[in-house]
Amino acid sequence: MSAFKDARHLFRFAGLFVLAFLVFLVVRHYYVPKSFGQYGHYRGAAIGEIANLPVKFAGHQACEDCHTDVMAKKITGKHAHVNCEACHGALASHADDPSTVKPVLPDTSVLCARCHTASAAKPKGFPQVVPAEHSQGLSCETCHNPHSPGMDAPATAAGGAK
Amino acid sequence: MNISRRKMLILLPAAAVAWESVLAGTPEASPNYKMSDHWWGMLIDISKCIGCGNCVRACQTENDVPDGYFRTWVERYHVDDTHLENPVVISPDGGKEGFPVASEDAGKYFFVPKMCNHCADSPCTQVCPVGATFISPDGVVLIDQKYCLGCAYCVQACPYGCRYIHPTKEVADKCTLCYHRITKGLTTACCEACPTGARQLADLKNPNDPIHAFLKTHNVQVLKPQMATGAKAFYNGLDGSVR
Repeated sequence: MSAFKDARHLFRFAGLFVLAFLVFLVVRHYYVPKSFGQYGHYRGAAIGEIANLPVKFAGHQACEDCHTDVMAKKITGKHAHVNCEACHGALASHADDPSTVKPVLPDTSVLCARCHTASAAKPKGFPQVVPAEHSQGLSCETCHNPHSPGMDAPATAAGGAK
Repeated sequence: MNISRRKMLILLPAAAVAWESVLAGTPEASPNYKMSDHWWGMLIDISKCIGCGNCVRACQTENDVPDGYFRTWVERYHVDDTHLENPVVISPDGGKEGFPVASEDAGKYFFVPKMCNHCADSPCTQVCPVGATFISPDGVVLIDQKYCLGCAYCVQACPYGCRYIHPTKEVADKCTLCYHRITKGLTTACCEACPTGARQLADLKNPNDPIHAFLKTHNVQVLKPQMATGAKAFYNGLDGSVR
């Protein structure tokens, strides 16, 4: 033991280090989330938390399940592939509770113009009009049914949605 | 802070319970969804975009994005024949309410919708010092907002400018590719609201996804390919002037 004769203070110091390391391991065990490292260097449970967020756009399938009459009209025209909520807005609340949450009909003068106002920036094949020249102030649904906007289909004043 | 010993003793167990719920996490919402079966991306068709701003509004509604911040936005490019390398780019309020009418003068105009590219080798996830942002096993770049410190390293690291610090949460925020929707079998809010089909959610691991046929038959690019980010937002008909 003669080699360690004057080293006792070092042993005490090493003991302190070992103790501190054990404390670190214990604290780490309690503070690092269980799912950290499950898939990588992050908290795996975060994925489930993000997936659990509420949905606000119901998706066109939910609309079509009930509004079969509108769907029948829509597939005959150029708006067949425009999803319902593209114009009517996010309506998951209505799909969840159709009796109490009643959607508001969009204003066609704003809605139609948003897509169909002529601009050199839009693709050339896309139907575009200068609203002031095109309708002389008449609202769009006077002539066009938004669900099937071709002129051969007679328009309804309410925009076709019943 | 001025807290009495009594208050401190009441607060400690409450904090412990709160932390326990963070540690445990919440179970997944879609039990039938298998992460290993998917590898998500997005197809953006420049030739179909009309700049209506539906995607921007839909995203803000779906994800409670604060005013003036954008998880997706639309830019309008104007490239003059004589200044091919200096396009004039505008994006008023992210294109949320559409764009001013473009007059038919010199040069060409087109719209470019932008969003997180959900890079497979993402620079933003690599710089996070605490493991708060990551690429999920199904290829979506996500943020664990309970873990994020708000240091904004990732905001600087993203070469596409897709991240921001949320003004009230004070943590990083970005497009989640509507992870809460795609795991339930729905498409993203922006795709749902796009009237022309200029945006298409793509599952690269699904052999029946039309993305495969599209990529084979079209001239498709990603943004800033020289940065080797493995971007998965595929642009059809992208002009060389787009940065």
